[in-house]
Amino acid sequence: MRSFTKSNLFWPVLGLVLLLLLNLTKTPDFFSIRVQDGHLYGSLIDILRNSAPTLLIALGMTLVIATRGIDLSVGAVAAISGAVACTYMAGSPDESTAGRAIVAMTMAVAVAVLLGVWNGFLVSVLGIQPIIATLVLMTAGRGLAMLITDGQITTVNNSLFSKVSTGFVLGLPIAILIALAVFAITAVLTRRTALGMLIEAVGINPEASRLAGVRARTITWIVYVFVAFCAGIAGLMIASNTNAADANAAGLFIELDAILAVVIGGTSLAGGRFSLTGTLIGAMFIQTLATTIPTMGIPAETNYLFKAVVVIVVCLLQSPKARAVLAVRRPTPLLTKGSAA
Amino acid sequence: MFKKLITVSAGVVLASGLAACGGSSDGGSGGSGGSGDITMGFAQVGAESGWRTANTKSIQASAKDAGIKLKFSDAQQKQENQIKAIRSYIQQKVDVIAFSPVVETGWDTVLQEAKRAKIPVILTDRAVDSSDKSLYKTFLGSDFVLEGNKAGQWVVDNADANDVNKDGKINVVEIQGTTGAAPAIDRKKGFEDKISADPKIKVVASQTGDFTRDGGKKVMEAFLKSQKDIDVVFAHNDDEGLGAIEAIEAAGKKPGVDIKIVTIDAVKDGMTALSEGKINYIVECNPLLGPQLMDLAKQVVAGEDVPARVETKEGEFDQEQAKAALPNRQY
Repeated sequence: MRSFTKSNLFWPVLGLVLLLLLNLTKTPDFFSIRVQDGHLYGSLIDILRNSAPTLLIALGMTLVIATRGIDLSVGAVAAISGAVACTYMAGSPDESTAGRAIVAMTMAVAVAVLLGVWNGFLVSVLGIQPIIATLVLMTAGRGLAMLITDGQITTVNNSLFSKVSTGFVLGLPIAILIALAVFAITAVLTRRTALGMLIEAVGINPEASRLAGVRARTITWIVYVFVAFCAGIAGLMIASNTNAADANAAGLFIELDAILAVVIGGTSLAGGRFSLTGTLIGAMFIQTLATTIPTMGIPAETNYLFKAVVVIVVCLLQSPKARAVLAVRRPTPLLTKGSAA
Repeated sequence: MFKKLITVSAGVVLASGLAACGGSSDGGSGGSGGSGDITMGFAQVGAESGWRTANTKSIQASAKDAGIKLKFSDAQQKQENQIKAIRSYIQQKVDVIAFSPVVETGWDTVLQEAKRAKIPVILTDRAVDSSDKSLYKTFLGSDFVLEGNKAGQWVVDNADANDVNKDGKINVVEIQGTTGAAPAIDRKKGFEDKISADPKIKVVASQTGDFTRDGGKKVMEAFLKSQKDIDVVFAHNDDEGLGAIEAIEAAGKKPGVDIKIVTIDAVKDGMTALSEGKINYIVECNPLLGPQLMDLAKQVVAGEDVPARVETKEGEFDQEQAKAALPNRQY
């Protein structure tokens, strides 16, 4: 237990648990899960299902941030992905067939990967600062998505496509299963091979790692392609959730949610060490927060303030300095009188 | 961050330079010189929804029909773009300027410029918040409070049917539009004014769904778990209502039957759901104000007096009326 409280994950987990308990005070059956139409149904299931897009993007973002980069374009990439899939399906007579959906989704993810190749090229080959390089696509991408959908909300009617976000396997939402599968693959690839260490090396010092024989450029390029791949799948989930591509609103500000999830999970924006499990908890935390607002009946006018306060509290909890100042009753040997006050 | 700012401001400078060039090169030929055909400059908000696209098409088509020369610009939801467009219309000496203000405030300076240039201004769809009413001739648009009133009145008039579980109480959950937007504020107020007449009807929960389907779905999912015995959903637009339908279906309930739904807008997807019985009532917010706008423009240019507030012609639809109206729905 003591080693767990020392772990980096302790504070985000504590924050998540407290937030869940807060819901319990207002809605006593918040934790109750029942079977509905052959699948599990309840607030916790909603949180799992709705956190899938953020989790996916946050996973990719974790690796990007670990290389000292950032990708602001993921929301736009998600919007483009949804737009491509829906426009392709809506424009054909066999709109509702499974084959059509598979082609549409493959095309959408392929387009997303291409956009990732573009971002990675700007950052790793041309050496443009990541925030600027991806800002290009963040701004232009949404316009591109609107061009694809012709500025309309494109509604589709395809049961297979709809299942990506609303379907269930073994009672669990397909969306979260996809996200967890990507999580597992990423974890194995980065932690059971040297890839994770190489990414961290690039993030800590790109030049030194290059001199040490690490292919810094290739690794940087790969992480941008990977995050765009994740954003492409997330875009499909977002579009599938409402069976419609909304180029304006799909994935709006999801890049900020993803970055926040990474930061709450304990990965430093300065690059280097990263924690995929931390990101998982961060993504759950953000979705729980989003679900808490309507559940608790926080007025619409104050919900941003509420979110901000909760996030600040969690960040303060994570900061060792802030904890030292706040924890007057738990003096540690290192703490002098002056700093405790 | 600093570099980002530089990039953005450089973009703005570049764009304004282009706008100025466009203005000066067009300035000589653009004016119609008083008599004959009318030139109208229209600064649209953007193309953010099907509703807006229908609005744009209506204005373009009816300008053509009315023989009015239309100069059209799309501001992509940015006030500075709209101001730039209006300035360029002033330079081009158009006969009348019309625009849908993207936000309510910050228009006084540019409208003063138009006034000094003696170009009349007509507001469409959305109002501006200015103490000086002489800055524009008239405001043509929907009355959002009235729309809220109509939705509220329907809940009151059908109180018996709307009390789905027959417990003597009608629990309404409200999915608001974007916080701070005029339609969201006014529709909420209009709705509340009407339902206060019946003590049985109560709004038990209210949250913003940002006028989107995804927002409406997520808010409704949470409401379904945290609120007992929801009888009616009041969504500030069709898209939020369509999202709510999906959440209700996922909860194993029948939208329109187990939970009644009333929305505002009457776009095609909403009307389709209404005709399928998944929505119970839609209050129309009519985007096809082109013909009315062109009539007003002619009157204003001819120097006739026009009322300071002109309402667009709008109706309401129940399920039967939706079936009849759906085949002719353009948007």
